[in-house]
Amino acid sequence: MDIFVQQLVNGLTLGAVYAIVALGYTMVYGIIQLINFAHGEVVMIGAMVAFTVINALAAGGMPPLVVVLIGTGCAIPVCMLAGYAMERLAYRPLRNAPRLAPLITAIGVSIILQHLAMLVWSRNVMAFPQIIPLTTYNFLGATITGVQIAILSLCFAMMTGLALLVYRTRLGTAMRATAQNPQVARLMGVDVNRVIAATFVIGAALGAVAGVMVGTYYGVAQYTMGSVLGMKAFAAAVLGGIGNIPGAMIGGLLLGVVEALGAGYIGDLTDLCRWGIGPEASCADGGHFILFGSNYQDVFAFVVLILVLVFRPSGLLGERVGDRA
Amino acid sequence: MKEGGRKVWIGIALIAVALLLLPFALSLAGTAWVRIANLALLYVLLALGLNIVVGFAGLLDLGYIAFYAVGAYVYALLASPHFGLHLPFWVILPIGAAVAALFGVMLGAPTLKLRGDYLAIVTLGFGEIVRIFLNNLSQPVNITRGPQGIAGIDPVRIGGIDFSKSDSLLGAVISGPMKYYYLLLVLMLAIVLINVRLQNSRIGRAWEAIREDETAARAMGIDTTALKLLAFAMGASFGGVAGGMFSAIQGFISPESFVLVESVMVVSMVVLGGMGNIAGVILGALLLSFVPEVLRWTVEPAQRALFGKMLIEPEVIRMLIFGLALVLVMLFRPAGLLPSAVRRRELTDDRAA
Repeated sequence: MDIFVQQLVNGLTLGAVYAIVALGYTMVYGIIQLINFAHGEVVMIGAMVAFTVINALAAGGMPPLVVVLIGTGCAIPVCMLAGYAMERLAYRPLRNAPRLAPLITAIGVSIILQHLAMLVWSRNVMAFPQIIPLTTYNFLGATITGVQIAILSLCFAMMTGLALLVYRTRLGTAMRATAQNPQVARLMGVDVNRVIAATFVIGAALGAVAGVMVGTYYGVAQYTMGSVLGMKAFAAAVLGGIGNIPGAMIGGLLLGVVEALGAGYIGDLTDLCRWGIGPEASCADGGHFILFGSNYQDVFAFVVLILVLVFRPSGLLGERVGDRA
Repeated sequence: MKEGGRKVWIGIALIAVALLLLPFALSLAGTAWVRIANLALLYVLLALGLNIVVGFAGLLDLGYIAFYAVGAYVYALLASPHFGLHLPFWVILPIGAAVAALFGVMLGAPTLKLRGDYLAIVTLGFGEIVRIFLNNLSQPVNITRGPQGIAGIDPVRIGGIDFSKSDSLLGAVISGPMKYYYLLLVLMLAIVLINVRLQNSRIGRAWEAIREDETAARAMGIDTTALKLLAFAMGASFGGVAGGMFSAIQGFISPESFVLVESVMVVSMVVLGGMGNIAGVILGALLLSFVPEVLRWTVEPAQRALFGKMLIEPEVIRMLIFGLALVLVMLFRPAGLLPSAVRRRELTDDRAA
């Protein structure tokens, strides 16, 4: 039971971050039906910029919270700029091109961003300075750290903020109108190009914060961190129904929890000795014969994704999509 | 008509002579270049296989490298000291193709109902799942040797010819990589032929119909389920053959060679060259495999000549130029370098509407 709650807490924390990154994918997809392959790299750049600033300020004796906030404050505008630039240069000219063309430019942008980051920050892993004291709380028999609480509350605040933005403001209305039908939205006086650019910029800002959070959580950042994170978040967005904002939130949380619980239990469940069918030589003296260990953690995200899509081909909350590759 | 036909045949003959003499010319610059040409041919095989899935049937597959991996591991397991098995090449290659085709159906079956980008993420996930399994199937029973990879894989032997050694023929030395070049060339011609014949067959036209409008295709009596599975299986089996060749040529494989970037690379080749157009796909594959290599060999000397020392790692510049090239080609030729006739028509129709 303790393990269960513990893995649940860990999974929710990671899932909340997935959800924030997934929002960046799903908002862009909802509006222009583009898989923004480079979004994971934007998250990575957010983490790298923030880490650079935080490392520079760490010795200054400022309170840790202020240092992290300044770091995040620097990362957000950089990522927003990156998001705007990629939309303007690589995607907008291809608005009416065949569907796969912007996908390839997105891949190109992702390669460029990753290697620019390598040029700037080298291949080395950047460590998060030891400035945040480790505070732990007890929660139903599980341990929850201060960082986890901060990540969780920040993620839920951002999700609420985004929901308010999309469903309560003029910009949000324009975004939803563009997503439904860009031509008609344009006729109604919506500046479609601006709305699309705004979507990219908002997604990138969320991504920057997510980058800082995931970096702080693991304590490290590297120029390659964007691809796996991006892939999982993309899976989360599809799981929830791509293009659907509440779907991305649910998909992210679900994926995080499944991954954590899976990693926590799979070793136990596939231990043949536990079921009494393992080979004698390994099982003697309480030994184990584990078919699949926790190093299969990354498989869960995709297995769950495939299972859900078999039964709900458009994701949990998604609507039917067009049928062209 | 006759006149044009003769010109085409002269052109084909010239290309054939050039292809036959190419390895001799390349080996003057170093055997490394023959190896690079072999790798390029492997990518052509892969791109043509993926073209069946993406170009003909319109199913976006971002995990195609998984089939390459399956073919490579089948070859490695059946012809290496790891299990002590040493089956001959012509037995393993069909087995590899069949196993890869089976994996293709395994991917295809649960994804039949998925459309467009949903399919993209599932295929991407499938590729990752296969790679993670290859990486971890060394415990508790050692099947794949995990991240260590499998070494000492047998080279191809046909009759008395060992493809890993040099031979001399009519006074000319034919090195191992050159023999592989000719073998790959034969395979490539076979796959090109299959592609061409498929494209204009009943099956090819049915795929095209599915690509253009799946619902309408089904309404016209096309068995979309069977045909989509067939596309996955055929594409996968070509990937499996290419993987087997990769194993034999390299002599060593590990999960490192089958990462997502490789899938993305093959998709880029197909799209950049011109989806659905066989000549375009070949061009895309050759360009994307040769350009980075040429850059690898020129970037470093160029920097030394200009600045007197190495400022930026060649690998980084290579990838930056590569990424930039992907973006620029797509911006200026959104349908690919050599778009297929159907695509071209679609594009002009869109503009008119």
